[in-house]
Amino acid sequence: MSEEQKKSTGSGEGKIGQNTSLAGGSKAVRRPHGPHGGMMPGEKAKDFKGTFTKLMTYIGKYKIALIAVMIFAAGSTVFNIIGPKVLAKATTELFNGMMAKFAGTGGINFGRIGEILLFLLGLYALSALLSFIQGLVMTEISQKLCFRFRREISEKINRLPMAYFESRTVGEVLSRITNDVDTLGQSLGQSITTLITSVATIVGILIMMLSISPVMTLIALVILPVSGGLISVVIKHSQKYFTAQQTYLGKINGQIEEVYSGQNIIKAFNREEASLAEFGETNQILYQSAWKSQFISGMMQPIMSFVSNLGYVAVAVSGSMLAIKGVIEVGEIQAFIQYVKNFTQPITQVAQVSNMFQSTAAAAERVFEFLEEPEEDVTVAGAVQADQESGRQMKGAVEFDHVRFGYQPEKTIIHDFSCQVKPGQMVAIVGPTGAGKTTMVKLLMRFYDVSSGAIRVDGNDVRNFNRSQLRENFGMVLQDTWLFHGTIMENIRYGRLDATDEEVIAAAKAAHVHRFIQTLPGGYQMELGEDASNVSQGQKQLLTIARAILADNPILILDEATSSVDTRTEIRIQKAMKNLMKGRTSFVIAHRLSTIRDADVILVMRDGDIVEQGSHDELMAKGGFYEELYNSQFEGQDAAEIA
Amino acid sequence: MLKIFKYLKESKWSVLAIIVLLVIQAYCDLALPQYTADIVDVGIGQKGIENAVPQRMREETYDALRMLMTQEERELLSSAYEQVEDGTYTLCAGKETIEKLNESMGIPILILSMAEGGGGMSESGTFQSADGSEAGSFDSAKAGGGIAAIEGMQLSDSHVLALREQILEKLGDSGETLITQRALLFVQEEYERLGMDLGKIQRNYLYATGGMMLVYSVVMTATAILVGLLAARIGAKLGLNLRERVFTKVVSFSHAEMEQFSTASLITRSTNDIQQVQMVVVMMLRMVVYAPIIGIGGVVKVLRTRTGMGWVIVVAVAMILALVGILMVVAMPKFKKMQTLVDRLNLVSREILTGVPVIRAFSREKFEEERFDRANRDLMRTQLFTNRVMNIMMPVMMLIMNGISIMIVWFGAKGIELGNLMVGDMLAFITYTMQIVMSFLMLTMISVMLPRAGVAAGRIEEVIGTSAGITDKEQVKDEKLKDVKGVVTFENVSFRYPGADEDALQNLTFTAGPGETTAIIGSTGCGKSTLLNLIPRFYDVTGGSITIDGVDIRDLSQHKLRSLLGYVPQKAVLFSGDISSNLKFGGDDISDSRMMEAAEIAQATEFIEEKQEKYHSEIAQGGTNVSGGQKQRLSIARAIAKSPKVFLFDDSFSALDYKTDVTLRRALRKKTGDATVIIVAQRISTILHADRIIVLDEGKIAGMGTHEELLRDCEAYREIARSQLSEAELKGGAAV
Repeated sequence: MSEEQKKSTGSGEGKIGQNTSLAGGSKAVRRPHGPHGGMMPGEKAKDFKGTFTKLMTYIGKYKIALIAVMIFAAGSTVFNIIGPKVLAKATTELFNGMMAKFAGTGGINFGRIGEILLFLLGLYALSALLSFIQGLVMTEISQKLCFRFRREISEKINRLPMAYFESRTVGEVLSRITNDVDTLGQSLGQSITTLITSVATIVGILIMMLSISPVMTLIALVILPVSGGLISVVIKHSQKYFTAQQTYLGKINGQIEEVYSGQNIIKAFNREEASLAEFGETNQILYQSAWKSQFISGMMQPIMSFVSNLGYVAVAVSGSMLAIKGVIEVGEIQAFIQYVKNFTQPITQVAQVSNMFQSTAAAAERVFEFLEEPEEDVTVAGAVQADQESGRQMKGAVEFDHVRFGYQPEKTIIHDFSCQVKPGQMVAIVGPTGAGKTTMVKLLMRFYDVSSGAIRVDGNDVRNFNRSQLRENFGMVLQDTWLFHGTIMENIRYGRLDATDEEVIAAAKAAHVHRFIQTLPGGYQMELGEDASNVSQGQKQLLTIARAILADNPILILDEATSSVDTRTEIRIQKAMKNLMKGRTSFVIAHRLSTIRDADVILVMRDGDIVEQGSHDELMAKGGFYEELYNSQFEGQDAAEIA
Repeated sequence: MLKIFKYLKESKWSVLAIIVLLVIQAYCDLALPQYTADIVDVGIGQKGIENAVPQRMREETYDALRMLMTQEERELLSSAYEQVEDGTYTLCAGKETIEKLNESMGIPILILSMAEGGGGMSESGTFQSADGSEAGSFDSAKAGGGIAAIEGMQLSDSHVLALREQILEKLGDSGETLITQRALLFVQEEYERLGMDLGKIQRNYLYATGGMMLVYSVVMTATAILVGLLAARIGAKLGLNLRERVFTKVVSFSHAEMEQFSTASLITRSTNDIQQVQMVVVMMLRMVVYAPIIGIGGVVKVLRTRTGMGWVIVVAVAMILALVGILMVVAMPKFKKMQTLVDRLNLVSREILTGVPVIRAFSREKFEEERFDRANRDLMRTQLFTNRVMNIMMPVMMLIMNGISIMIVWFGAKGIELGNLMVGDMLAFITYTMQIVMSFLMLTMISVMLPRAGVAAGRIEEVIGTSAGITDKEQVKDEKLKDVKGVVTFENVSFRYPGADEDALQNLTFTAGPGETTAIIGSTGCGKSTLLNLIPRFYDVTGGSITIDGVDIRDLSQHKLRSLLGYVPQKAVLFSGDISSNLKFGGDDISDSRMMEAAEIAQATEFIEEKQEKYHSEIAQGGTNVSGGQKQRLSIARAIAKSPKVFLFDDSFSALDYKTDVTLRRALRKKTGDATVIIVAQRISTILHADRIIVLDEGKIAGMGTHEELLRDCEAYREIARSQLSEAELKGGAAV
């Protein structure tokens, strides 16, 4: 009975854990999970062995604890298995006493029974204690492991080259921090414990059964292949329906997502009927595969219990026969029946454990994959010093010297670019969408390295700086305003962590956002919500400008900072930016050409490469791509000229 | 929570069938332990002899027993037995008679066997009564004579009864069991004397009982599978219907309802929530309904055993519930907290990942690592706590269950001593107790799960219960519109969002005629897009009216109205399929040549032709495999292919670069000569040459006219123009 309890209570606990992790898991990457996840052909790691070896080195730190877990788990199981046999002694004692009493030759020996029962109670208590300790230690190990993995991932993020993030969505990385690490932590502990207890149970029960009666053991074991065969038949048949169910579940979810998010288009184009029909079709197929897969997988349990009942009957009858002959005792029949009942479960568990190990390995593999991504070098030997402490603050002269670059080595996009920017100058980068305007900025900040040639700041190659020191000299205002969950004060102070409140407020004033902040509830102490949704886009932009002003860096990068705000805010932002750019070398990426006419140098980009450079007037006079671009803003001026 | 049951109404017959099947299943399930008990008690203990009614007996035994009975019992006896050729009597009665006879036979057999006891039946030993005195000595008159002594005596009913009374008194409390046991021994001896094979009787009994167990197992398995089938079908059907209903409902929603729920939430409601309800329903049908049935059945069985140990079950259930209760109370708040901590960790991670460029630009890596570390550590601490608490559950639960078994054995032993029950009964009792406890456990688990599914059901119900805000009138005036010209007129139109305090649009009056371009410009949030959304009736006006060729759009069917419009949204939305299926979205009657022409106008031909499959190139869900600009061009082409009377462009050109924008609009103007064009724009350059520019400011018309007129007269317009154009251009524009 004890194993049965274990099963149901165990799964109960599992459910609680699972639900919280599901709800907590990021919704960014939705892995398909059907109603019977366990039946699905599980996810498999590409390199199971290698991953597990790595995982073991991680766990190695907890070697002693892990050995303790194993011993405790095995001990707990063994004591638990002995239980029924001891109970059988009491039952037999009772039975014999009863029979003796009826026959008039004696009575029930309560002293003996009491002794046995007390011993049994002790045994069970010990088993419970061991299992409890085992659980505690395992929890500790898996939680610490999760913690460590998460921390390593978070640190890894900061060492990865920019290119990594550009080729992946946030959700992908996020799901490694949350889903994969969670899966790892949960299934690792579970699978190790289950493996140990299952194996111990199987061996233990086998020994106990043999000790009672080899003949009955044989009878009981004959049942095993039968149940094994039946299960594999069920699994084989259900697999295809499960796959179908998953596919159509995915498909219907896709349809729902598509239609809901394009609902206005569906309506505007009178497509309601058509999409309903399409949906109905998928829904019908889903229905068919859903009930079939559910039904077939639902058959498992009754079939298993039938087989186990078969064993039960066989054991009961054969046991009785043996008891009559006096080969075994009455109580032992009961014990044996219990052993038979508990025998099938650990066997199925072992089968599940292999699946569990697979998914653990798959999760671990993704985590390791991430942790093993090539990193960018953070420091350089003999780096050029350029921070305030060393007293060698940058002046902001930037030189591009025959720069050649391609995101992929074989595809060069910037062929040969040279340009001198004096401190305090404004450089504008323009070009149609997708022309690669941000590439220049990425090179400058060393998010990428040039293929050949060099970029120099104050005469030093950027590759000779420590990355963080180089970057500390840049201030940045991006189109995507990035603010974090915290107060406005904290967000502005992010530009310079040791800034006083007064300095923060001064920066806000310079960014023309002070008055706005004061109108907010809580003022500077107002918490910005998720993605700062309680502040408008334009105001967010002003906050990031304040942050850049506070940072007070010699070189400034403004990437389409005004493209998503309305006109009035834009005027404010432009004023703020003018404040910001004063006395600094600035690189401005712009959509609207009207905003950059006053730039000292305009770099015109097209298809990734720089095609023209010069001042507004020079470029207009040249009559090239820039002029075309510029004039196209005012189409009516002379249509024929453009065409 | 009740809502879940409501859904089951549709398949109430299946549900009823399931309940009946589950009752059968529970009956079988509960019968099995009884059979094991029988195997132990009867099969082994009583050597396969079920009761005091022998299958066969010798003539003298028959006569002797007959004598010790009352008149009534004698009749019963003679009706139950038939004398066969060799003089022995054979049982030939039905079950009912046997049971009656069993009650009557006990004492006569006891008396008889006691009488025989004196006659030297040494192999069965001397019978000891509970008080230890020699029971056989109670009636010396009959004691010595054996069967022969009783023979020939004719006892009256009253005499028989008095004799019994006397014996029962002597035997005391445990008399009944003793009588049964004694009677069984007697039957056994009788068989032996008849020369019957006792071993065979025992084997036969075991086979018969084992056979019955198998039958029950088969029935149980069959019902369980059938229940599985029905439950799976009901669940899947429920999912099918709910999905269908929710989906149909959502498609019928107007913008107001879409926004009230938000698209993301509607998607969750249609996918996860329905899935969850479906799962819970299947589980409920298969297990939750079963738990009380088996629980009640177990209680009934236990009460029937007369063990007097019912209280043990109460203790067991109470202990388990207390354990679960305590753990829940201790762990629940932490579980809730854990959720917020998980969210927190996700939030910080997301912030770090989205802010990589900024973090690097400001060199704040350490700062972020610390922030993450804090969230990480908090989560770990709480998780450790909850896991530890939940860790207690399993061992303690098992200890309780095992402890209960031990308790049952101990108190059962006492009961056996008193003769209230037998060993097999006790073992069955243990099984029943476990079944009852398990069913309670199941119910607690469900009570944790059900509310969650209830929430999901509530969320689904909310969608189904919401009615679409915009519907067709009963009497539509579609026929009024023939040879549509496409004159769109706003007459004093006001609009207020549901639940808002102020009008988003106020008293707008203007007319957009065919062949003309009407542009709407203004700062963010001034109501430009709202205005446009009123025309296809994504929202209905709250004041005034919008007419097309003089007919109020609310008098038209939505289908008719929208068939006149070519709408291009701000954010291009494509559907999975291929390019052609997207371009022909406006109607199945669009020909290939019309589609290609539309693509040409939208400047999409170039990139379509570049693709290998041309117009049959696949479009992924959400159009993720084409660039933003391409998406927008396809979206424009889609509207053009429809050849609408009225074009609605909602800031549709901003994703295009200037050059494409210019060429596209020029081509568009040529091809859409007599259509009405309404454009919402941010960029002033886009609308420089519109026939009519409407400047919106905080929902009101701040100015209307051409670029030049507005530049001259409208301050709001000048402000916008100044921010986007240089002085020279302003002057230049004015000069044209």
